[in-house]
Amino acid sequence: MSEARSALAGARFAGIAHVEEAGLVGMISFRGDLGHAKVKSAVKAVAGAAIPKPRGVALAGATGVAWMSPDELLILVPHAEADAVVAKLSTALKGQHFMAENVSDARAVFTVTGPHAREVIGKLAPVDMSRFAEGEIRRTRLAQVAAALWISAPDSITVVCFRSGAQYMFDLLSAAAQEGSAVGVY
Amino acid sequence: MLILECPYCGVKGEETEFHAGGEAHLKRFGPGSSDADFETYLFMRENPKGVHLERWRHANGCGKWFHAARCTMTLEVFGTYSAQTYEPPQEIKDILTAKRPGWSWRNFK
Repeated sequence: MSEARSALAGARFAGIAHVEEAGLVGMISFRGDLGHAKVKSAVKAVAGAAIPKPRGVALAGATGVAWMSPDELLILVPHAEADAVVAKLSTALKGQHFMAENVSDARAVFTVTGPHAREVIGKLAPVDMSRFAEGEIRRTRLAQVAAALWISAPDSITVVCFRSGAQYMFDLLSAAAQEGSAVGVY
Repeated sequence: MLILECPYCGVKGEETEFHAGGEAHLKRFGPGSSDADFETYLFMRENPKGVHLERWRHANGCGKWFHAARCTMTLEVFGTYSAQTYEPPQEIKDILTAKRPGWSWRNFK
């Protein structure tokens, strides 16, 4: 099997916040009837957490599940396990109308860390970062590309975007995190 | 700038997170319809000064289509509602009546 590589091989930048490409993250795009009992239990079995309420994200370490839309979830698992998890979901939901797809290698993940992390995101996204809380996921845009973001730890924000836009996203975050560019809003 | 609230994911976001999808509540006339109906469906659009009903998509968010009632003059958004409807729900009509008495849009009033 070929060797999996993340989009920017762990590129990093240090300014008012640390921007780092987070490396390989297993991601499964799941679509289906989220209210269905079988779907609920199948997702819980692989993600280790119940389906969160709208705009919620439930994470424990590298594993978790995020609410993406009324019929879509993003399941996070260690990269090497993604295919196995898709197989597990497919077995558990056999005969059911659903979609589970391993999209790990179609995405890029970044972490923005530091006391100014909110500020870096606030410069790029039309989101009120002062109200953005832990356990919440926001799908939005960062400058010109779509992205999803959540607070992974105090002062640490995880950003997910399409792999094709990884370099753009890294440049964007780096520019917004430039030394001396703190605004002091958040 | 418009501030829209997606009725599906509940996100209140500004216009650039969404994508406009043209006029709402069009009745489609496809193959087999008369030329006049087809032409009306394809080309004839409202261009109101005031209350307007539109389709929007939460393009940089949950990806769902929805409807919005807004004012073309003040850019006030009166409300957003589900895409799975042929006409604005009563609560949207009530808001419109309260804020723009005597409003009408196509055959709604």
